[in-house]
Amino acid sequence: MAGTDIIIHDEKDNVGVVVIEKITPKQDCDCWIMENDKSVKIQSMDEIPLGHKIAMTDLNEGDTILKYGHDIGKVVKSIKKGEHVHVHNVKTKKW
Amino acid sequence: MEIPKTFLGYKREDGRTGTRNHVIILPVDDISNACAEAVANNIKGTIALPHSYGRLQFGADLELHFRTMIGTGKNPNVAAVIVIGIEPKWTKRIVDAIATTGKPVEGFSIEGVGDIDTIAKVSKKAQEFSIWASEKQREERPISDLWISVKCGESDTTSGLASNPTVGNLMDKLEPLGVHLCFGETSELTGAETVCEKRGKTPEAQEKFRKTWSSYNDFILKEATDDLSESQPTAGNIAGGLTTIEEKAFGNFQKIGGCKFIDVLEPAEEPTKGPGLYFMDTSSAAAECVTLQAAGGFNLHLFPTGQGNIIGNPIEPVVKLTANPLTARTMSEHIDVDVSKILSREMNLDEAGDELIKATIRVANGRLTCAEALGHKEFVMTKLYRSA
Repeated sequence: MAGTDIIIHDEKDNVGVVVIEKITPKQDCDCWIMENDKSVKIQSMDEIPLGHKIAMTDLNEGDTILKYGHDIGKVVKSIKKGEHVHVHNVKTKKW
Repeated sequence: MEIPKTFLGYKREDGRTGTRNHVIILPVDDISNACAEAVANNIKGTIALPHSYGRLQFGADLELHFRTMIGTGKNPNVAAVIVIGIEPKWTKRIVDAIATTGKPVEGFSIEGVGDIDTIAKVSKKAQEFSIWASEKQREERPISDLWISVKCGESDTTSGLASNPTVGNLMDKLEPLGVHLCFGETSELTGAETVCEKRGKTPEAQEKFRKTWSSYNDFILKEATDDLSESQPTAGNIAGGLTTIEEKAFGNFQKIGGCKFIDVLEPAEEPTKGPGLYFMDTSSAAAECVTLQAAGGFNLHLFPTGQGNIIGNPIEPVVKLTANPLTARTMSEHIDVDVSKILSREMNLDEAGDELIKATIRVANGRLTCAEALGHKEFVMTKLYRSA
């Protein structure tokens, strides 16, 4: 089953994790959802390195990021589907 | 895969089993380090465990110091112990507690004697212990004599995707066989604390976890001058793609698989409620956490890493695994088990769990870990507050 570019933990998640060395802008990526073994596709907007997250949907300021099916933080700068999700646009809700 | 029912270990006087056969020279306090290191240099087959504390501590902090010292000596990976302190009273307290296991232990104090004569006296006893321990043989012992602790470090998103779930898979397979298991890292469960609390097997265990985490969180809120964003996640975590403490916590939490914890342990406390999973209240700093778990009596450690933590421990072998293909390639001398094929879907979690079980048993039987071969012996005491 080689050829997976992005893995998503849970069907509810709005982000996926890049599992190849990097993806480049306008790349058509194959995504695998671990929880239900489904496959989806997404086109990237940014260069995103291994282990970093991609937005699976458009996200607005104040939205909650879901990963593992759980709340892992809030959007502080709006994010378009296919863009890099990280410390520049998402913050913890804890501190 | 059929899991082996036994491994080859050192049977101890108290019925526990060691995966290693160390003779340790344990300084009670920082100023006895020089003496302990001189003895370990003189006598082959012994190791000194120098550290930074042990003077003017008081209250819960002092009790934790004693618990760590005593637990380290009692650990079944240790065949015999020499304790050296500046004065006899605290030294004797540690010696007497270790002696309850039935293993050879002797204490020495430096005051009124000086380093040089102490080193000569202790070296004679250390030589006797080293030669005695060298005749100990490994024998077949039940798999349930494994006490496995886990802690992850330099985590990235591959930890939560694959290496931590691999450890969780191992736990799911070994828990029914009567193995003792332990996870910790109170601070790094922040964000997943309510989900973790529900994994307590009893209302008492859940309540104890809630209190432990809340007390930690109150301390953070009291001491924090900023938002901790420089510390949690760490720069290494962020480079690896982890964005928030919540994301790190849910990744961390994958290490316990579907297991439920039966009790919450104080730092360095030995579990007493029989086989199964325990949560220990620990720091999330790697060396501090593993030192506390080893003092709790755990005899083999599993350490998933993303970006490549290099930690080892002097008495508890630390098996490292990674799912990050870059780390597996660029830091191969630190990685015992490479599970990066999970990410390319050439290996599933069940297969990865089996690989980790095989590696665990080989190390329990005596195979050196990467960290042991590289000489990593991080022995780091946890200090709760300033000394008197």
